[in-house]
Amino acid sequence: MQYRVLMRVNGRPVERETEPRTLLVHLLRDELGLTGTHVGCDTSQCGACTVLMDGRAVKSCTVLAVQADGHEIVTVEGLADSVDAALRYGGLHPLQEAFARAHGLQCGFCTPGVLMAGADLLSRNPDPSEADVREALEGNLCRCTGYENIVAAVRLAAELLRERQQAGAGRPAAHAAGGGD
Amino acid sequence: MPTLFGTPVRRREDARLIRGEGLYTDDVRLPDMVYAAFVRSTHPSARIRVDASAARALPGVLAVFTADDVAGRVGDVPTAWLVPDSGLRTPPRPVLARDVVRYVGEPIAMVVARTRALAADAASAVNVAYEPLPHVTDARAALAPGAPQVHAGVPGNVLFTWHAGDREATDRAFAEAEVEVSLSIRNQRLVPAAMEPRTAVAAPTPEGGLTLWTTSQNPHIARFVLSGMLSLSEQRLRVVAPDVGGGFGSKIPVYPDEAMVAHAARVLGVPVKWTETRSEAFVATIHGRDQVQDVAMCGRRDGTITGIRVRATANMGAYLSLAAPGVPTILFGLIVPGAYRIGAVDVEVVGVATHTTPTDAYRGAGRPEATFLVERLVDTFARRIGMDAAEVRRRNFVPASAFPYATPTGLVYDSGDYAAAMDRALEAVGYEAMRRRQEDLRREGRYLGIGLSTYVEVCGLGPSKVAGAVGFQGGLWESATVRVHPSGKVAVIIGASPHGQGEETTFAQIVADALGAPFEDVEVVHGDTAATPMGWGTYGSRTTPVGGGAVSLAARRVADKARRLAAHLLEAAEEDVVVTDGRYHVAGAPARSLSFADVALQAHLAWRLPDGMEPGLEASAFYDPENFVFPFGCHACVVEVDRNTGEVRILRYVAVDDCGRIINPMIVDGQVHGGVAQGLGQALWEGAVYDESGQLVTASFLDYALPRARLMPHIETLHTETPSPHNPLGVKGVGETGTIAATPAVVNAVVDALAPLGVEHVDMPMTPERLWRILSRAQGRAPEEVRA
Ligand code: FES
Ligand code: FES
Repeated sequence: MQYRVLMRVNGRPVERETEPRTLLVHLLRDELGLTGTHVGCDTSQCGACTVLMDGRAVKSCTVLAVQADGHEIVTVEGLADSVDAALRYGGLHPLQEAFARAHGLQCGFCTPGVLMAGADLLSRNPDPSEADVREALEGNLCRCTGYENIVAAVRLAAELLRERQQAGAGRPAAHAAGGGD
Repeated sequence: MPTLFGTPVRRREDARLIRGEGLYTDDVRLPDMVYAAFVRSTHPSARIRVDASAARALPGVLAVFTADDVAGRVGDVPTAWLVPDSGLRTPPRPVLARDVVRYVGEPIAMVVARTRALAADAASAVNVAYEPLPHVTDARAALAPGAPQVHAGVPGNVLFTWHAGDREATDRAFAEAEVEVSLSIRNQRLVPAAMEPRTAVAAPTPEGGLTLWTTSQNPHIARFVLSGMLSLSEQRLRVVAPDVGGGFGSKIPVYPDEAMVAHAARVLGVPVKWTETRSEAFVATIHGRDQVQDVAMCGRRDGTITGIRVRATANMGAYLSLAAPGVPTILFGLIVPGAYRIGAVDVEVVGVATHTTPTDAYRGAGRPEATFLVERLVDTFARRIGMDAAEVRRRNFVPASAFPYATPTGLVYDSGDYAAAMDRALEAVGYEAMRRRQEDLRREGRYLGIGLSTYVEVCGLGPSKVAGAVGFQGGLWESATVRVHPSGKVAVIIGASPHGQGEETTFAQIVADALGAPFEDVEVVHGDTAATPMGWGTYGSRTTPVGGGAVSLAARRVADKARRLAAHLLEAAEEDVVVTDGRYHVAGAPARSLSFADVALQAHLAWRLPDGMEPGLEASAFYDPENFVFPFGCHACVVEVDRNTGEVRILRYVAVDDCGRIINPMIVDGQVHGGVAQGLGQALWEGAVYDESGQLVTASFLDYALPRARLMPHIETLHTETPSPHNPLGVKGVGETGTIAATPAVVNAVVDALAPLGVEHVDMPMTPERLWRILSRAQGRAPEEVRA
């Protein structure tokens, strides 16, 4: 039995026939080739698969592809385009820029999920404390960084974002700004 | 004149990884690719009969492989660290279980089907009839008379018995000692849990060979071993480790799984992919640690430590994984004396087979187990003689003047100033004030503790002659080619295989400095046996000290040639040519100058080369270090234990690490953070547990507690810099220091906190429940609540 799903992924409309048991993460990776979203577990614990659905962080391994029907998905590949161009740093989302500056990643496997969880946090809280960040990353495991620089990077991203916004650069940290097309 | 060396250059790796444009093995997708799934034992010990007929008949199933199908076609998985003088037995490990299974998770059959889902369905249709046999998962129990035998060829389950030091001298030291302390330590089993599960994609090539993309820390070793297992000549087997999502030792070994994926691709003639599920990973990928130890230390009342004795039992699991025998022996026993001048050392380790997942190198590999016991003993000794723990350390340190220092276990420590590192940590943590605060809080009935760990570790694994002497079935040198393109762009092609440690950046720093080339123009290439020279891989904190040695030598060769050519083109004497801001010119005459790109172009045009100079601009180096390197430092941890809940709050964590000269401080600190997190994980939360029935009960992230952001404290990183004389860069490794140092620092802090209650040791992980029981017992709560 195949179901038709229609959604927006990184600003582009996507239409697919899919089996009811297909997980969103598999649709993204296998069908759409968006391999930036990773799979690190099979018990919804690691957060490597985190994407934004209608601006909120969700674990795409716990969402069936059919449940994403009619929704707006942003993956790490679309993260930069999800904010106004004037807020970007060299084409990067402030979070991406901050992770590179603050050495918020080592092997990079957890990173896409952490970035998306961070994007959700910043859309709700423009100036998170260290404790806020640690709390928001409760669902994301990283085995490399000890979280030290991840926390620093998310807070730096908040700062970068505020800087650009104060410079009158544009809309607030829109999560689902719809991309460039 | 280094310019980038020592600066926090942004990482080269990040540009692709933060955009989701990395290529991890599971991202490899090939036309006509099919999927493999394994049938794994659900019993720890059983006789098996396998019936795959139903699975074979399912639609979409291309093949089911059992032991019968691979007999004579895929060789056994080898053990490659044959520790000498240990009576080592290496029981055969077939890729698919033959007649009996020996641990939960052991592969029995492999199914290949058109989709991942069909493969999973078909795997559950393979019928395995189990006739359970007695099992044993605990190493001490496996040594008991009458214990179930894991292998017919391993009587008493003893895989090896290894000894280091001088037993008689140590017995004498203990007999003459004024003070003796002892501890029973359980260094619990851990799960490495790299966030990327193991994965393999094998594709046949038109020449009858194979390309294997795999999650490996050492693709050249993988090729070397797999070519043997598959009887496929090396030039026909290309192994690629693309972006690898962490390893921590677990991606060193060659496992049955990857060999089977390669075999299936060869048989079926199409690309085959296998991606481990996390549930599989918990039982199918190696575990680490798992030692029980009886240890003792002796000395005088003035604080002098005179002897240390270790009796350890190491649980090796059901088979000896690739490097496993070397971990609880060479990598453990030789470093037992730690940072201290201890005259008499006696270490004995018995390696034991049990019905559990094989253990092997997990970050630190042997050195955490050694450091933990010596650091716990020093604290226990200090308390017994009523001397401050820092003072006892100071009195026993190998003094800065004593290097190179030969240990009674046969190592030669390269360089160090252990007291300086400790002083740095004591100052940073405010040791004296903290001790006073501890006094005050104790009067209020609160438990503040301060723990120190003054470690030294052995890493930068090499040189090869030592590898040979200790039975390591490989070399431990590294290689690099520095290849300058006609445009002046530079490829640094290395045999090692970093996977998160940042050498794409730090090696580019080294080469840019050496050549006077712009950093942006230098690219590091690694991870593909078809593109890179032979190298032994990334583990044992060796890539920077050993691989960096090769890079540095190759870069110097290229720089020398570039300077000779520049001198010729500038019509100057070679000694007069200097490089300033990336331009080659005669000293004091910067007006006439050449850029590195100019020189590179001329080297390739070869129109005006000096007599006898070969065209091109490229050099290779094979670097075998003179000795290991010995990073050291002091970690200080301040905790408060909640008297009601048993919860440990880390109030301060200060890491002072000396890893020699620092190429990129940002990356070094990142390594320390991650290492400390894993060390804290062992101290406080992590532990792999088998139940009575031989099942791993901690087999998911729900049951196995990895450090989480909310649990981790802020980690303060500081450094002293004592160059290593053993390599051209003066660097030491830093990948494992945090893990080695952190665990005893935290446990020492908690034991120190609970000292007023008479607590002398706490087993790991120090969960709130465990501490609550200890507190309850000590504070005289109702006994039925405190059955610990
Ligand atoms: S893959 Fe681990 S939470 Fe989704
Ligand atoms: S960077 Fe490797 S798991 Fe987070």
